Amino acid sequence: MSKVLVVTSGKGGVGKTTTTAALGAALAQRGDKVVVVDFDVGLRNLDLVMGAERRVVFDLINVVQGVAKLPQALIKDKRLENLWLLPASQTRDKDALTEEGVGKVIADLRSRFDWVICDSPAGIERGASMAMRFADEAVIVTNPEVSSVRDSDRIIGMLDSKTVRAEKGERVEKHILITRYDPSRAARGEMLTIDDILEILATPLLGIIPESQDVLKASNVGTPVTLSNADGAPARAYMDAAKRLCGENVTMHVPAERRGLMDRLLRRRAA
Amino acid sequence: MSMGLLRLLRGNKATAPVARERLQILLAHERGMRGQPDLLGVLREEILAVVSKHVTLDPTKVIVRLERGDEVSTLEVDIEVPNDIERKKVAVA
Repeated sequence: MSKVLVVTSGKGGVGKTTTTAALGAALAQRGDKVVVVDFDVGLRNLDLVMGAERRVVFDLINVVQGVAKLPQALIKDKRLENLWLLPASQTRDKDALTEEGVGKVIADLRSRFDWVICDSPAGIERGASMAMRFADEAVIVTNPEVSSVRDSDRIIGMLDSKTVRAEKGERVEKHILITRYDPSRAARGEMLTIDDILEILATPLLGIIPESQDVLKASNVGTPVTLSNADGAPARAYMDAAKRLCGENVTMHVPAERRGLMDRLLRRRAA
Repeated sequence: MSMGLLRLLRGNKATAPVARERLQILLAHERGMRGQPDLLGVLREEILAVVSKHVTLDPTKVIVRLERGDEVSTLEVDIEVPNDIERKKVAVA
């Protein structure tokens, strides 16, 4: 049933790498065999967020160019038996990603894994178009903010025209994942609502990840957020998103404003 | 103090509806443009081809600009021609 999933957004800094690591770990925790692939050539970070930065020997470009064999470049996660990482090159140029080369690597990965999750770089250039080129499904990471929604719309247009599936007249199955959602700001009318975003982008919702310190803490220690604090709100939201990717019907939980006394005091001080 | 009262005192209104409306207008426009050839790029190339049949010019000194107005739009073509014009004879086919 092997599936190629691209995590993309157009805009930078919205949470693509965090999402790739979290969904990859969540799917592996469910028992699927998963590889997360970093397409951000020259600015790799998935290795760091996964805590594997000191174990990188070969990378995607080496495999694309035939310098290394795929098994030599794959890094096995130390926490999860079923989770692997294929890092990007830090020194090479993104032009080294040829369509033919990437196609071969993806086909090889398909034969070895249940999920091939491609972490797209920001932008709409070669790295981003190669990351989505062979995708069956796409997670479009969107923040409740105008520039992010606009860029998501552009990326949706590319998914519908520039992918192998689109060119064959098939569809890439698209999902919106809203990250950095702040319920208190939404309640004050300062942030686009979930309904606004879904109506504008006309794409189904995969999940809502609340703004949380858990995410920064997880990247600080190099652990996917679903493993670092499994009971936290972001981890639970990512686990639910992973279940939906597997076709399970899970009730959507919209993060609500907590209205405890301490919370109010703390928030007023923070505001 | 309730959020509503706080907002009243600060005098700020919900900005999310403005964001929503601006996005809807912008994206309707951008989706319409998608997949269409780059009009200005095509114009620039063709104007350049016609003019350089007769006059030698520096392709980087050709500026084509389109300004959209409510009633009319203007197309501005700015071609810098060097003073030592070398007139080329039109090639006979």
